[in-house]
Amino acid sequence: MKPQPSAHWDRIITHKSGLFDLRLKELVKYKDLLFLLVRRDFVAFYKQTALGPIWFFIQPMFTTFVYIFIFGTLAQISTDGIAQPVFYLSGIIAWSYFSDCVIKTSNVFRENAGIFGKVYFPRLVMPLSIVISNLVKFGIQLLLLIAVIIFYEIIGQSAFNPTIYLLALPFLVLFMALIGLGFGMIVSSITTKYRDIGFLVGFAMPLLMYATSVVYPLSSLGGKLKMLILINPMTSVIEGFRKGFFGEGEFGLYNLIYLIVFSIFTLIAGTLIFNKVQKDFVDTV
Amino acid sequence: MSDLVIKVESLSKAYQLGEFSTGTISNDLKRWWAIKRGKEDPFLSVVEENDRSKVGVSNMVWSLRDLDFQIAQGESVGIIGRNGAGKSTLLKILSQITYHTQGTVKLKGRIASLLEVGTGFHPELSGRENIYLNGAILGMSKVEIKAKFDEIVAFSGVERYIDTPVKRYSSGMYVRLAFAVAAHLESEILIVDEVLAVGDAEFQKKCLGKMNDLGRSSGRTIIFVSHNMTAIKALCNNGIYLKNGQLVSQGQIDSVISDYLSSNRAIADANGVISSEQRISGTGEARFLKILTYSQTPKEIKTEFYFGERFLIEFDMKVSKDIEDVFIGLHLFNVYGEKIAMDMPDKSYRPQGVKKGIQRFTIDFREVLMPGDYFFGLSMSHFYSGSDIDFVENIANFKILRDSFNDELNYPWPTIHGYTQVDSVWNSYTII
Repeated sequence: MKPQPSAHWDRIITHKSGLFDLRLKELVKYKDLLFLLVRRDFVAFYKQTALGPIWFFIQPMFTTFVYIFIFGTLAQISTDGIAQPVFYLSGIIAWSYFSDCVIKTSNVFRENAGIFGKVYFPRLVMPLSIVISNLVKFGIQLLLLIAVIIFYEIIGQSAFNPTIYLLALPFLVLFMALIGLGFGMIVSSITTKYRDIGFLVGFAMPLLMYATSVVYPLSSLGGKLKMLILINPMTSVIEGFRKGFFGEGEFGLYNLIYLIVFSIFTLIAGTLIFNKVQKDFVDTV
Repeated sequence: MSDLVIKVESLSKAYQLGEFSTGTISNDLKRWWAIKRGKEDPFLSVVEENDRSKVGVSNMVWSLRDLDFQIAQGESVGIIGRNGAGKSTLLKILSQITYHTQGTVKLKGRIASLLEVGTGFHPELSGRENIYLNGAILGMSKVEIKAKFDEIVAFSGVERYIDTPVKRYSSGMYVRLAFAVAAHLESEILIVDEVLAVGDAEFQKKCLGKMNDLGRSSGRTIIFVSHNMTAIKALCNNGIYLKNGQLVSQGQIDSVISDYLSSNRAIADANGVISSEQRISGTGEARFLKILTYSQTPKEIKTEFYFGERFLIEFDMKVSKDIEDVFIGLHLFNVYGEKIAMDMPDKSYRPQGVKKGIQRFTIDFREVLMPGDYFFGLSMSHFYSGSDIDFVENIANFKILRDSFNDELNYPWPTIHGYTQVDSVWNSYTII
């Protein structure tokens, strides 16, 4: 048999494959899978439920009621003059997007161990599908926020007070998605070896919400505490939301730059770690 | 035509056994530090040969060791070997599910691997939705699936239920649908693990036929792992025989199978002592110690008998404590490892009690077997729970010789006469 030049082969796998061998081109080939997985998440979610997609509204609505009662009425925490329902709702939907992304992505290896162990496809498809299906859910919940805002306009209690930052909304969503994806991938990669991290994320995410300006405005804080809360990128996202929609909130160019840097960094770090781990996680999980 | 599609060079894979969590941080740090200083990975230097019957000193084993082989386009290759020989690991590396530790794998063309049917099926989704999802997981585009959709449904034979959630499917329907999707994959290389062990006989035949079509007509390369030598023989023209992670032989499927079978025979001990290598499973409450075959008169140890000759089987077992509900079975296998018959002390399928101590059983074996090579397996299990007390295979290999009236050397006994002679009485008379 004649010797084959290396150009003959479509793929040469050596035991030392580079850290940057991400095979992103292949990811494009699997775009249909990505779409179908997102679809599956939705269809499977409301099959055999009486209320179906309405559940997407129920969760943020009831959480908002509870927060109005606990933080607004009992604790009397300021909302910067923004009507309480829209103040809490905007924080809740943004935070639950981020938290769902991180928690679901962090379980990606464990939950899909069966599939990953039997079929090859670019593993990145899985976390991407989680981020995208949550994005759709977030979009639906954003409609709820808009509906509430319109309701306030109709009853004459104007809540809508848009600023130029409303234009940044798509970017804020993008950053939020990228950070959720990157962070989740880092966590999921560590979880394959040390399951402890998975447990940690499970209880830390709800607590982390209090280190984000969901139930209080950033302006109510000062000094070191404020800086500490600002390290959390979700604070900037939520403040940006409120500034854009309601004209109140502490958001400026610095926050935007911080978000850009932070999201690019977590995305790159997450992708590289995830890519390294996906190669032999089948043997360790 | 003889273009290479797979080339494997000095492929090795090390596995870590046992617990991962304890001490992993410190081991990881040690390892990282050694590699950092340019030294060899300290944990790879103590890797051992993968012989599961021996207790090793290190918890790293070579699941595959220095494999070299190549596969040309259109070949259908059967990979054979005992459990734990590294067959599945090899398939997983070729299908890129896991990565190797050393060596190179070169691939050409699209690879579809079928290590399991129905991977990614979601119980809540309908058959239709699952065809799309499963197809996409296997690497098909939506357009491709759409083009083959009707064919897939027709092959699976579940047309009526196509819009029903698959959780309402019977397991047979589920498997049919899953295999149908996989069978319609467009790929140059198809990797199949024993998925044919599922479904009913009729469907298995359909699957084998389909795979045969794929290989023969479309020039596709097939890599097939199975313990069923008949299926391998029917499907493959070449073979690779792995033992303890190493390549023992490769080439024409017939010669590879006979290498495999003769090495199985070699396990048998002249004194009939059963080794741990022959042990499949067991709780250890009792163990089979040895098994021998004897001629009737005079009673002598023999492993070759003439056609029609009655012989004796004698086996000993050590019982550590009295057991009330033992079900003992003697299993007869043909040369390909397919079970031909099962025998038991009480033909009415009732359990028996065994007392503590070493027990000896003698069997007057009266079944008339056709010439060929055979071996036995022994099992004892708890009758009610079904759990194995001890289960050994590949024991007491023996041969039935042709008798004097038929000296033809290559007479295909099994295909013409089957394996046993039927015990019956025939009568005939003219009715009109």
